[in-house]
Amino acid sequence: MSVDIATVKRVARLARIAVDEADAQRMTGELNAILGFVAQLDEVDVSGVEPMTSVTPMAMKKRQDVVTDGGKAGDIVANAPATEEAFFLVPKVVE
Amino acid sequence: MSDLTKFTIAEARAKLAAKEFSATELTESYLSAIDAANPTFNAYVAVTHDKARAMAKASDARFAKGEAGALEGIPLGIKDLFATEGVHTQAASHVLDAFKPRYESTVTANLWRDGAVMLGKLNMDEFAMGSSNETSYYGPVKNPWRARGSNRDLVPGGSSGGSASAVAGWLAAGATATDTGGSIRQPAAFTATVGIKPTYGRVSRWGVVAFASSLDQAGPIARDVRDAAIMLRSMASVDDKDTTSVDLPVPDYEASLGKSLKGLKIGIPREYRVDGMPAEIEALWQKGIAWMKDAGAEIVDISLPHTKYALPAYYIVAPAEASSNLARYDGVRYGLRVPGKDIVEMYENSRAAGFGREVKRRIMIGTYVLSAGYYDAYYVKAQKVRTLIKKDFEDAFAAGVDAILTPATPSAAFGLADQDMAADPVKMYLNDIFTVTVNMAGLPGIAVPAGLDASGLPLGLQLIGRPFDEEMLFRTGAVIEKAAGRFEPSKWW
Repeated sequence: MSVDIATVKRVARLARIAVDEADAQRMTGELNAILGFVAQLDEVDVSGVEPMTSVTPMAMKKRQDVVTDGGKAGDIVANAPATEEAFFLVPKVVE
Repeated sequence: MSDLTKFTIAEARAKLAAKEFSATELTESYLSAIDAANPTFNAYVAVTHDKARAMAKASDARFAKGEAGALEGIPLGIKDLFATEGVHTQAASHVLDAFKPRYESTVTANLWRDGAVMLGKLNMDEFAMGSSNETSYYGPVKNPWRARGSNRDLVPGGSSGGSASAVAGWLAAGATATDTGGSIRQPAAFTATVGIKPTYGRVSRWGVVAFASSLDQAGPIARDVRDAAIMLRSMASVDDKDTTSVDLPVPDYEASLGKSLKGLKIGIPREYRVDGMPAEIEALWQKGIAWMKDAGAEIVDISLPHTKYALPAYYIVAPAEASSNLARYDGVRYGLRVPGKDIVEMYENSRAAGFGREVKRRIMIGTYVLSAGYYDAYYVKAQKVRTLIKKDFEDAFAAGVDAILTPATPSAAFGLADQDMAADPVKMYLNDIFTVTVNMAGLPGIAVPAGLDASGLPLGLQLIGRPFDEEMLFRTGAVIEKAAGRFEPSKWW
């Protein structure tokens, strides 16, 4: 399978990465090289094979349903580019 | 005083205990070496002079009280992927500009608990995506090794290029690193250092910036096999904060060194004899086989039939997981924000400016293979292939093989700004051809220096073990080290 420039622009939109025409052009070539490489998997017969979901055969650990952490709003917003009190500031989302 | 930076961790540990020098003196030696050589190597992206001095002073106080930990006073470098409280943690990316976490990763917390000293944060490929350390926002790292009679700069490998360069160039006694497809073992092989990627689940991933969560695993890069064993014992733990951390006690890995290989079976997989492999790598592999035999092991030919599909499957699974993990970098909670006319444009502009080319490429591939209509054809198929890759190894181990011996990389270190690799991303990806199977199967793998090529550059061998049998890797790796000897670059800087 290969992608065209329209698909690349659509994927960039899904990935929330701004691309200009030149970026999209270059990425189309690069993505097709990688997709060409992974196309080797078409040779493998995977009928009846279960997809891997966990690389180590272990049950997911569960913890007690209790509060173990919290009360650190200041720490959480400390690295944000724009904040007010304990809130993240973003451009207006709802009119 | 002699140059204290030349001692291994084991040697420094003994000399510190014998009061031949203090932790402060040892740390000062490293800080001087870093100040002198880091402008050349670019191995560190942040040097924590004050913190290192304070930690060394605290170590000296603990030595005085007889309370020294297992790594007391040992100066280490930390890959920029590990969260270190109040200290530069950016995964060598622009998107995490100015990020200083308010918490400490489990791995680094374990090291400080045992008395280690932090020298600073080490350069790496951006988000650990790369095999040459050239995708770093902070620029490339130089390898302390050069070909005989040449002054051409070589890459240290990647993604843990800063870790490998610092350890080989005497700018850290040891370093933390991470390995998603070969990022510990390939740089170790390129710099004649020892690097071990433990079994998935052995070392906590809590506080390690995520690349591909089902493949990522942290481990050490060190000067020799013993030092790697010492470091892994401190780094590994059972951690409730990581649900994939396994409930198994951490063994004393050093106790595995020097044990005989009598009665062991070492598997040699025929599929690792790839087209176009340099004769020198094949010859090195044969030497390794002979060393194993001399040490009493039985050599058996094995087959891992799906080996050639590991790398293509990896380039679906890893980018898919990366595209989800990296969705969090949106200019809201941390790092870089580039304004836009609305919130979506702000996301798009921040991510376009913050991520480098290789990272964008992988996010794009990941987004594509997970998008509606392609999920089964790519992602599910790759996860099925992964099941087959793992089964190949399980069959070999079930047949009685104790460890598998392979080359670590298909070549020695290559030049900075290699034109062929820049033109074709797949060419760069092929660096991981011998290492990536191990991540896909969640197994432990160690790279040990085994010789020099005709131009005097280091080459490594890899040993692959059963799940959670890191002890077997230290045991067999020590045999290679003993037979091959140790290799150091001649100082040109």
